[in-house]
Amino acid sequence: MPDVTFRISTGSAEQNEEKTYRVPVAEGWVVLDAVHYIQAHEAPDLAVRWNCKAAKCGSCSAEVNGKPKLMCKTRLDDFADGEEIVVYPLKTFPRIKDLVTDVSWNYEVAKKIKPFTPAKDTKWSMDQRDMDRVQEFRKCIECFLCQDVCHVLRNHDKKPEFAGPRSFVRIANLEMHPLDTASRLDFLKNEGGLGYCNITKCCTEVCPEDIHITDNAIIPLKERLVDEYYDPIAKLFKVFSGK
Amino acid sequence: METFEKHEHDVLVIGAGGAGLRAAIEAKAQGVNVGLVCKSLLGKAHTVMAEGGVAAAMGNVDPQDNWQVHFKDTMAGGKMMNNWRMAQLHAQQAPERVLELEKWGALFDRTPSGTILQRAFGGHTCKRLAHVGDRTGLEIIRTLQERAVEAQVPVYMECTVTHLLRAGDRVCGALAYWRSNGKFVVFTAKSIILATGGVGKSFRITSNSWEYTSDGLGMAYALGAELIDMEFVQFHPTGMVWPPGVKGLLVTEAVRGEGGRLTNNKGERFMERYDPKRMELSTRDQVARAIYTEVKEGRGSEHGGVFLDVTHLDGESVKKKLPSMYHQFKDLADVDITKQPMEVGPTTHYMMGGLRVDAETTATTIPGLFAAGEVAGGMHGGNRLGGNSLSDLLVFGRLAGIHAAEFSRQNKQGITPPDVEIQAATRQMLEPFDRKEGASPYEIHDELQDVMQNLVGIMRIEEDIKTALTKLEGLKQRLKTVRVTGSRIYNPGWHLAYDLRNLLNTSEAIARSALAREESRGAHTRLDHPKLSPEWEKITHVIQKDGDGMNLSQMPKPQMPPELAKLFEESH
Ligand SMILES: Cc1cc2nc3c(=O)[nH]c(=O)nc-3n(C[C@H](O)[C@H](O)[C@H](O)COP(=O)(O)OP(=O)(O)OC[C@H]3O[C@@H](n4cnc5c(N)ncnc54)[C@H](O)[C@@H]3O)c2cc1C
Ligand code: SF4
Ligand code: SF4
Ligand code: FES
Repeated sequence: MPDVTFRISTGSAEQNEEKTYRVPVAEGWVVLDAVHYIQAHEAPDLAVRWNCKAAKCGSCSAEVNGKPKLMCKTRLDDFADGEEIVVYPLKTFPRIKDLVTDVSWNYEVAKKIKPFTPAKDTKWSMDQRDMDRVQEFRKCIECFLCQDVCHVLRNHDKKPEFAGPRSFVRIANLEMHPLDTASRLDFLKNEGGLGYCNITKCCTEVCPEDIHITDNAIIPLKERLVDEYYDPIAKLFKVFSGK
Repeated sequence: METFEKHEHDVLVIGAGGAGLRAAIEAKAQGVNVGLVCKSLLGKAHTVMAEGGVAAAMGNVDPQDNWQVHFKDTMAGGKMMNNWRMAQLHAQQAPERVLELEKWGALFDRTPSGTILQRAFGGHTCKRLAHVGDRTGLEIIRTLQERAVEAQVPVYMECTVTHLLRAGDRVCGALAYWRSNGKFVVFTAKSIILATGGVGKSFRITSNSWEYTSDGLGMAYALGAELIDMEFVQFHPTGMVWPPGVKGLLVTEAVRGEGGRLTNNKGERFMERYDPKRMELSTRDQVARAIYTEVKEGRGSEHGGVFLDVTHLDGESVKKKLPSMYHQFKDLADVDITKQPMEVGPTTHYMMGGLRVDAETTATTIPGLFAAGEVAGGMHGGNRLGGNSLSDLLVFGRLAGIHAAEFSRQNKQGITPPDVEIQAATRQMLEPFDRKEGASPYEIHDELQDVMQNLVGIMRIEEDIKTALTKLEGLKQRLKTVRVTGSRIYNPGWHLAYDLRNLLNTSEAIARSALAREESRGAHTRLDHPKLSPEWEKITHVIQKDGDGMNLSQMPKPQMPPELAKLFEESH
């Protein structure tokens, strides 16, 4: 196979320098293989975050030729012959070094979400059909690619007011859990800023787990919010039906 | 002069995989002050990769299942090398631990009547593995992670512990560095739980992540703790073999659990010749050896593996039951597993050996130091059954939490780690930066992986192991000259230079134990001693630091009480 040219963004939060490497690649290689090759042969201190190299842990998120991707799942033979491959860190989060960004904000948001709250006398029996839609959300590997691409965070930096698609997936999981009893609608309306989302579906497009973030998580949550806060008849109905 | 960020906890848990998280949750529930350190981001530990399921004798699918049957299967799978008491506690407590996860929000796949569905797996005589498709580890780690966050356990992420610190004979703290900036942190604790996982990165072909550099084993060894059963390294029979970039990546045993068939290039279901009764669901050691033999004798696939085939099963159900395998092959190898067979071969997977612990309390031989999960030895003996690790993490993680908390309460007088120890440790960490020339950590690692893969791998022979030991000694000498360039900020070269110290020590422990055990048992196969020997069944190998050298000794294996031993007589 012919060598491939990689242009890698290196540096810190303040300073960016692109460095170019020629990498002799093998069949079936992914971008992460090439980054490892560069580390071992040319730049031993090149920073990259990864764990499983199997698209299971969500550590190796980066922007490859402008697209948010998992480096361990992005194959080199998907690029055109002779195409230069440009790797940048996630743009939405501050860079620590080279391809590694500080994603700790996502963990701070997670702390604010009300945890799973079953009823005291729950019978632990569930129908698979009631779980199917929730299991989709539980596939999330917390790669934060959806957070990276969402314009509310990426272009408008609404971090304090907007929890982002990953959080909405998590909340949808809890809200639709067959045995959960808590409500997180207040959080969604206020701190979580669900209203900022204008359903562009960019998050869904980049999700490596193929979670239908907008259709299956965000839109149903928006509907619940409307029912809860803006629909007096639905609200009355809830009062009377005790739901 | 270096300044140190300092933190103090009653119990410090090192490692945030299944074992560490479960331990932290439990210690916190005991009312003590807990801190949790991990060298990756929270939720990324190895446990996230587990696929097939968690073993627990709930009897939802096979009502005849109970702890005794699970215990027997575990001991038989481990070729009776297991610490019987650990295997017993594990079998007894696993169901409760799995059900508890459900109360914390986990959603396991269901039976038609609404209980947790259980699937077949190699060496389990009942359908026993609770699962979520083929992403069980993700479900478990996320559930535990969220529970730990709810319990407000402080988590130090991307913080690598490099040394355990001691005052007198007791452990009293740990030295760590932040990956993000390379600055040191000193933790003081009344007791410490190690839950740092395994050793796979010693080998070239492995299903393990970069984290598996045996840090916990190396650090505890340096302190004088005992390592047992180190010859027992599990080679999982089915890793990917093609393309080269993904060689070693795991193909879950659930593929066989769901009915997948192994064939050679003649189209024969070759397991008929090795284990006609259990076929594909034989134990991992047997299947791995069978595949190795088929390939060696010229009946392998194009890329040096064999075929694993699910094309006879319903395509839609394959996609539903094994979604991540479907995607793994489609995305990484251009293989549609519902239409074409997979190519698979053995891959280094799991360390059965590890720190010697007390079964009831998980205490190591160092006062105040506890260990749970893959870093601990004894539970799985000579060969681990699939699904028995996730349950091990939950059962012994919890016990570690209880007993480390108890230790901290009984030893309220905290001890401050002595300054000299801290200074010596930091000096050792920074030396590689000072050298103007020297070996590259990547080169040393590369050679180490070849040595272990080729000389102490799935088929072993005296001469090879001796060569390996000589080469390991050479690598150790080279490590003394290892040179690191760049700054301390997120510097993988520097991180690897530290990891190598632990990798080399555990690799040596593996090689020494493998050389000494002159028989073939479980995952340990000696071409020059191909038979299982009843004499060796009674003996456990113990590795301990001895000055600058490594000492190997033998310890009689604890014998089961008669009422348990009886379980095995009945079956014959
Ligand atoms: C691909 C794959 C599939 C598997 N499938 C199954 C399965 O289906 N069923 C089953 O039972 N088992 C399975 N296993 C085995 C099982 O997943 C592991 O044995 C288990 O997850 C180990 O858990 P642990 O808690 O001991 O360690 P880990 O989950 O590996 O966690 C180790 C933790 O220690 C931290 N750490 C390590 N060193 C340091 C340090 N120096 N400083 C600070 N922190 C440190 C890491 O950051 C991490 O948080 C599988 C393994 C693999 C590789
Ligand atoms: S759909 Fe909403 S959450 Fe998703 S990217 Fe667009 S604005 Fe962001
Ligand atoms: S929802 Fe998808 S894109 Fe977002 S963090 Fe989870 S896996 Fe990643
Ligand atoms: S390294 Fe785990 S997702 Fe890429």
